[in-house]
Amino acid sequence: MGKAKKQSLQDETVDLSMAEKILVHYKDVDGCLIPVLQKIQNEYGYLRETIINLVSERLNMSVSEIIGVATFYSQFHLKPRGKHIIKVCCGTACHVKNAKSLSAKIVGRLKINANETTEDRMFTFEEVSCLGACGIAPVVVVDKDVHGTLSPDKLEDVLDRYVKPAA
Amino acid sequence: MSSVTKSKKTKTKAESSENGNKSVISVCLGTGGIAAGGDKVFARFEKEIKSKKLDTALGKRVCKTAKTGCRGLCARDVLVDVTVPGKEALTYERVTVDMVPQIVEDHLVNNTPVKKWLAKDDYHKFHDNQQRLVLGNCGAIDPENIDEYTIKGGYKALEKVLTKMTPKEVIDEVSKAGLRGRGGGGFETGWKWESCAKYDADEKFIICNGDEGDPGAFMDRSIMEGDPHAVLEGMIIGGYAIGATKGYIYVRAEYPLAVERLHIAIRQAKENGFLGENILNSDYSLDIVIKEGAGAFVCGESTALQYSIEGKRGMPRTRPPQSVEAGLWDKPTCLNNVETFANVPIIINRGAKWYSKIGTEKSKGTKIFALTGNVKNTGLIEVPMGITIREIVFDIGGGIPKKKKFKAVQIGGPSGGCLPESLLDKPIDFESLLEAGAMMGSGSLVVVDETTCMVDMARFFLAFCANESCGKCPPCRVGTTLMLDILIRITQGEGKEEDLDVLEQMSDEINTMSLCGLGQSAPNPVVSTLRYFRDEYLAHIRDKECPTATCIALHKYTVIPDKCTKCTLCIRNCPVNAISGSKDEVAFIDKEKCTLCNLCYEKCNFMAIK
Repeated sequence: MGKAKKQSLQDETVDLSMAEKILVHYKDVDGCLIPVLQKIQNEYGYLRETIINLVSERLNMSVSEIIGVATFYSQFHLKPRGKHIIKVCCGTACHVKNAKSLSAKIVGRLKINANETTEDRMFTFEEVSCLGACGIAPVVVVDKDVHGTLSPDKLEDVLDRYVKPAA
Repeated sequence: MSSVTKSKKTKTKAESSENGNKSVISVCLGTGGIAAGGDKVFARFEKEIKSKKLDTALGKRVCKTAKTGCRGLCARDVLVDVTVPGKEALTYERVTVDMVPQIVEDHLVNNTPVKKWLAKDDYHKFHDNQQRLVLGNCGAIDPENIDEYTIKGGYKALEKVLTKMTPKEVIDEVSKAGLRGRGGGGFETGWKWESCAKYDADEKFIICNGDEGDPGAFMDRSIMEGDPHAVLEGMIIGGYAIGATKGYIYVRAEYPLAVERLHIAIRQAKENGFLGENILNSDYSLDIVIKEGAGAFVCGESTALQYSIEGKRGMPRTRPPQSVEAGLWDKPTCLNNVETFANVPIIINRGAKWYSKIGTEKSKGTKIFALTGNVKNTGLIEVPMGITIREIVFDIGGGIPKKKKFKAVQIGGPSGGCLPESLLDKPIDFESLLEAGAMMGSGSLVVVDETTCMVDMARFFLAFCANESCGKCPPCRVGTTLMLDILIRITQGEGKEEDLDVLEQMSDEINTMSLCGLGQSAPNPVVSTLRYFRDEYLAHIRDKECPTATCIALHKYTVIPDKCTKCTLCIRNCPVNAISGSKDEVAFIDKEKCTLCNLCYEKCNFMAIK
């Protein structure tokens, strides 16, 4: 996620060399599918069809099996995602401390629903299960930065930091 | 008790030899601390110390900044300990970057602590009422430095086990201590190890379950972040006891810092001969590998977790065969929770007899709870089994903020239940919680005040389980969804009284027929709220009213004149100026203008809006 390379909107040809490298590294490791997909997603931002086909070929595994795994775990994404990933924690402590109002703020401001990406691919908004920072609930994580004890107003300030003044 | 004093003595001795003539500044750098700006505070301390050239200016007194894991009291982050030689450590709370220069100048250079920023009484109250065994090192040592762990007596238990004990003796010791699995079910650890040890195989696995998915629980994360070597040591001892050939630590994808610190810990343990081939020159060898989860709550279930390690969809299977007979890759596998493993070195070091004195008759030792929700001191606490909820919430937690009233605690996450005020004095252990309709679970303890709607709470947990159901067995997949539909209807004012009977019946069926623990326990929050808070359900159904005004569909947005204190807080906060009133006049909400944003209700400190 964090290391996701810049995804250009026009360029559809994908450089597969990194994926190849990862696949070589894990060639004979038992149960390597999940780490392979994790590494590839880190590199490419999401799991493209071409790459899934490549993984299927190299690991000698059917595409349906790979898609089965990729869709089972919430961490894997089959669609492109935004430059910044906003995760609103929906764990119990955050729920009790009204995380709903934070989600509402994001929906209102970015005009996207949960699990959607803004048109300019700047932000992806996700509601996630407990992030384990309940002591500072309610929590929002943007990329890798944890923001705790938020209110809708404070969240507004946090979001401002990620939106470039010009954009 | 002699063992306690003895170990304390060795500890202080070790401490003084390490830090005898150094001033030490420790900054809390758990996830909570970092979120509160701990990173920046840490950097500023380093900068200040460098710029003041404290090393030379103070001669022998060397200043050292240390990273530590979670200190427990996350609500007060960033917490900073300053220890000046010859004096006790003092704790500063809510430290910000701007406060750093003065702390360094006054406390370190001039030796006069900045009193106004020191932690207040309730910080000490929070700590004094606890019994921190497993969390003892968390927040006290640098988790990225193995030497700090060994100085505190780390890996002594492993050494003892490998040189003086047979695997059978290790298992007996753990059994005698009465250690029970901290992951939820409370299964006896010794018994589990014994049943795994008796199977012969070319390969055997020991797995540490760090897939802490329960919303509201974060003790495993804190242990992995704050004291990763304790987890490793417990695992290696467990591995020796059952004869494991390889170990896996399965960590949630959401815990990147834990993964990083475990990687460092494994590398350091290998460099020091505690892990790898011929551990401490014995015949025993073990390698431990970290597996990162990919985001699925059900993977906390042991068979699902094993499939996930194998690279498959993490869906539970029917048992038998039990994992101890045929688990990961069909080999005998023993799986324990992070907190369970962290207890093992303590048992070996201090002995089963000492350990079994803590706790209740059937539940021994301490339990870590994640105290969160509507309580003043939120954070991690470690208390002996058998403590009452009142002690936890009011003595350690400091009570409910904003003068609101205690309503219930939700204990055990989505598999647990709610306990009302009438059970405040119930001692809690594995059995008593089950009897009260809740469950220890992994130990999340969410305090709920009078502003939280119990129907909505039940809906929240059921929605979580319905969402996380793996879909393999219909009772869980379809049942939880159908129950959720009913609850949503009730929260929208469209419930019928028969619904409650249907909910109860379905709960029973889902509990009996589901394949794994997720489904079996999914109805628990509904069952327990129906048991203790049936009135609230009925108010939603009969009066079309949510007593706490949480369910937005049922809001009427009127001011209760008796409760309104004319503080004008709601008036100032209303984004559409729909509220009129003044310091002399009770607030009034104009229905025409009101956009139902709910902000006035949230802001009101006196529950005067419904």
